[in-house]
Amino acid sequence: MADITLSSVGKTFAGAPALKDITTRFEDGEFIALLGPSGCGKTTLLRLLAGFEMPDSGQIRIGDRVMADAQAGTMVPPEERNIGFVFQSYALWPHMSVRRNVSYPLEIRRLSRADIATQTDAALAATGLRDYADRMPSDLSGGQRQRVALARCLVSDPGAVLLDEPLANLDVALRASMQAVFTDFHKRTGATMVYVTHDQAEAMAMADRIAVMDRGRIQQFDTPQNLYECPKNRFVAEFVGRGTVVPVQGVERTEAEVHARVLGARIAVQSGQDSPGVSHVCLRPENLTITETGDLRAKVARVTYLGGKYLLETVADCGTRLLAETRARFDVGAQLGLTITTPWAFLED
Amino acid sequence: MGLAMQKGGSRSEDRLLSAILVVAICLTLAPVLRLFVEGVTDQGAPGLSLAAEVLSQPSTLSALRHSLITAGLGTLVSLVLGSAFAFLVALTDLRAKAMLVFCLMIPMMIPPQITALSWTQIMGPSSALLKTIGLAPPLGSPQPLYSAEGIILLLGIQHMSIIFLTLRAGLRAIPQEVVEAARISGAKGLRTWWQVVMPLTLPSLAAGTAITFVTALGNFGIPAMLGIPAGYATLPTLVYQKLAGLGTSVLAEVSVLAMLIGAVAVVGILAQRFFQTRQRVYLVGSTSRPLAIPLGAARLPVEILLWAVVCAILVLPMFGLLATSLVPAYGVPLRLDTVTLELWSEVLFRQPVTTRAFVNSFSLAFGAAVVLMILCLPLAWLMERTPTRLSRLFDSLLDLPYALPGVVLSIAMILLLINLPFTEATLYGTIWIIFFAYLSRFFAVMFRPVQASLKQLDPAMGEAAQSVGASLFQRLRDVILPLSAPTAAAGAILVFLTAFNELTVSALLWSSGTETLGVVIFNLDDSGETAMASALAMTIVLVVMGLMALIQLFSRRFPKGVVPWQT
Repeated sequence: MADITLSSVGKTFAGAPALKDITTRFEDGEFIALLGPSGCGKTTLLRLLAGFEMPDSGQIRIGDRVMADAQAGTMVPPEERNIGFVFQSYALWPHMSVRRNVSYPLEIRRLSRADIATQTDAALAATGLRDYADRMPSDLSGGQRQRVALARCLVSDPGAVLLDEPLANLDVALRASMQAVFTDFHKRTGATMVYVTHDQAEAMAMADRIAVMDRGRIQQFDTPQNLYECPKNRFVAEFVGRGTVVPVQGVERTEAEVHARVLGARIAVQSGQDSPGVSHVCLRPENLTITETGDLRAKVARVTYLGGKYLLETVADCGTRLLAETRARFDVGAQLGLTITTPWAFLED
Repeated sequence: MGLAMQKGGSRSEDRLLSAILVVAICLTLAPVLRLFVEGVTDQGAPGLSLAAEVLSQPSTLSALRHSLITAGLGTLVSLVLGSAFAFLVALTDLRAKAMLVFCLMIPMMIPPQITALSWTQIMGPSSALLKTIGLAPPLGSPQPLYSAEGIILLLGIQHMSIIFLTLRAGLRAIPQEVVEAARISGAKGLRTWWQVVMPLTLPSLAAGTAITFVTALGNFGIPAMLGIPAGYATLPTLVYQKLAGLGTSVLAEVSVLAMLIGAVAVVGILAQRFFQTRQRVYLVGSTSRPLAIPLGAARLPVEILLWAVVCAILVLPMFGLLATSLVPAYGVPLRLDTVTLELWSEVLFRQPVTTRAFVNSFSLAFGAAVVLMILCLPLAWLMERTPTRLSRLFDSLLDLPYALPGVVLSIAMILLLINLPFTEATLYGTIWIIFFAYLSRFFAVMFRPVQASLKQLDPAMGEAAQSVGASLFQRLRDVILPLSAPTAAAGAILVFLTAFNELTVSALLWSSGTETLGVVIFNLDDSGETAMASALAMTIVLVVMGLMALIQLFSRRFPKGVVPWQT
């Protein structure tokens, strides 16, 4: 069992807090993505899990073992945690062949020569590297190097695999195929995986659940679908997907529906069943339809072709910028009407 | 946080770091501290009366004046020669630059006593070379180099490489775009150089000048070979003469002199540090391609001029040395019927002193290189990985034993080791005192390249091994050592090279049976065996150039900043 539990974990670098009071739990076998802008603390959190850093407060457990406890001042060093770590720079040892890179963890564990050979071959085969076993890392392409890093981490059968922006150095086409490699790897091993990225498309494509982080805190920890459709606060609404957050007035709650005034128009909004109230709505392109008799008037400020459709950046009469999508072409400066349909509303403090 | 770190998972790293750090501090900083304590005490009690007395002696004052004059003007000579070469090599489209740079590095690597010896062989009445071509001055006429001017000239030539290297490094950091921008704005030729290039390189020029001055101030070989016959004493030679003449009874007195040299040197070192930090500001920005301003029609004349200078300051003295080593006795002209390898076989195989010196120098240099490699590799890695306040302090001070004049370190070593604490034993007079002095002096020579290469190493390399379960020892053995091995080897060769040639430290620490090569050359020349000294010096020059060529051969495999003459 390799479920990961963090209780009020905090970390400070030179007086600046990098992580504040993180309490959460990653279930055994889950694929978790840590998503956020640079400097949000996601890599720090990953390095705490690996044991490269010691938390300044709180406790980290993996399975039944307490890995780090700031209060007791104890920490299991990384080499004794049985976790895998895939680095952004791959961190292949340039002086070892592909085979030796992969077999090194087994040598450390003092396996017999025969066992090392079998397990290394299996790991190389699983990552499609059988033909490259005797090459040096410098002779490999970026995607192949990342596969070696993955094989090295797979070979020792770790309880959890931590990945630090593993695709950031690859080109777009290679990223898509490597995403498939990671997903397969996860399915086959059933290992708990924690994946750090700043690319939301990557996180959405692979993760079971995503922890969106900002300024050292987890802002929302949810499935990709919920993050997009039901953001908890302004940061998540604006960071995940396209959208504009605007305040609402005159909220009226009835049995079935909630109505509110958005940018002067009275419309129905959606919100969580248990939410105490709403203060803002997130207007995504899907919530806006272009009609002649729309709720509000807007002027096209910029047109971007997205392939098959256009993204319109419009400025409403009240000055708010709204994003709409359309299959028809509009010119910059054109006047149009917008109708808002059931946007997601949340309470912002 | 400090508490958490100590109890944390990098416990084994912290422990090893502290252990090696203590050894390194004992080696490098303890002697310097010991000297400082000696300087401010008088027979065990705090007091400055002895210091005041020594400092007011006329011999001290004249030696100080001589030191400042020769080091100052010598630096000026270095500055003119070194910067002219640096500007031309770094900024223009000269051909065969690599060869030129290699030749310019040789003066730095050839020990000063050999430089002095070789120059006296192309001047003066007994020069075998001048006699051969019939240009020798009449017998009895004075050797022109036995003078303040001679010392200044040779100090200038010996240390021009330092100016050349620092300035060239600074110039290469200027992106081509900066000069191109000036030209597109209409600046031409010398105007670009004066208004754009010069201001950008001033800090590195100033830093190079400061450290050249410190090196010239501490130079012992040149003023000893040229100044002692002329009765012209500088501070290092004064210390040597007092200690050689009167033994350790004047230890307290020479300590004060050593402190005086050290104090002047520290001013220079601080100036160099100051300018170096200012230079870093300019280094921000891309350094895409180095500059190559076309010289046009002037290229060939400039090339001829530069190579002529190289010939005059490098090749000619070496020929003088070679000529002297090939005649049967000093003063005989070199002709086909007088040429003989008699002296070579004499110094290499027959003389017990020279063969002993070869063994001593070789063992000392080899031992120092190996011990320093074992010490520096894990230390540099751990200091990079888990810096502590102590390790940062050490990092800023570890250059001191190398930067301070060798005389200062020697006196400090004698003070530290003449009475081993808690015992009656002494290391003074044994080979071990020279060995420990070498470890201290050449620590930075080994540590800095290793540190530079480990800084460029991705920290994830070690972390990846850690995450798959490798212990600290396994990480060092399987990952860090193989990756930094080429650099460590280069550092070891440099240590060997410098220690093999060393004179200043061993001149004060040797005793019968523990002579080093530097000491033997100096003593042979001192006792009139100039021809034999030349033959010995020639063999050393060959060893030095061979080792330099070896490093050059592998230089492509070293990370940036490892080979001192490749920046």
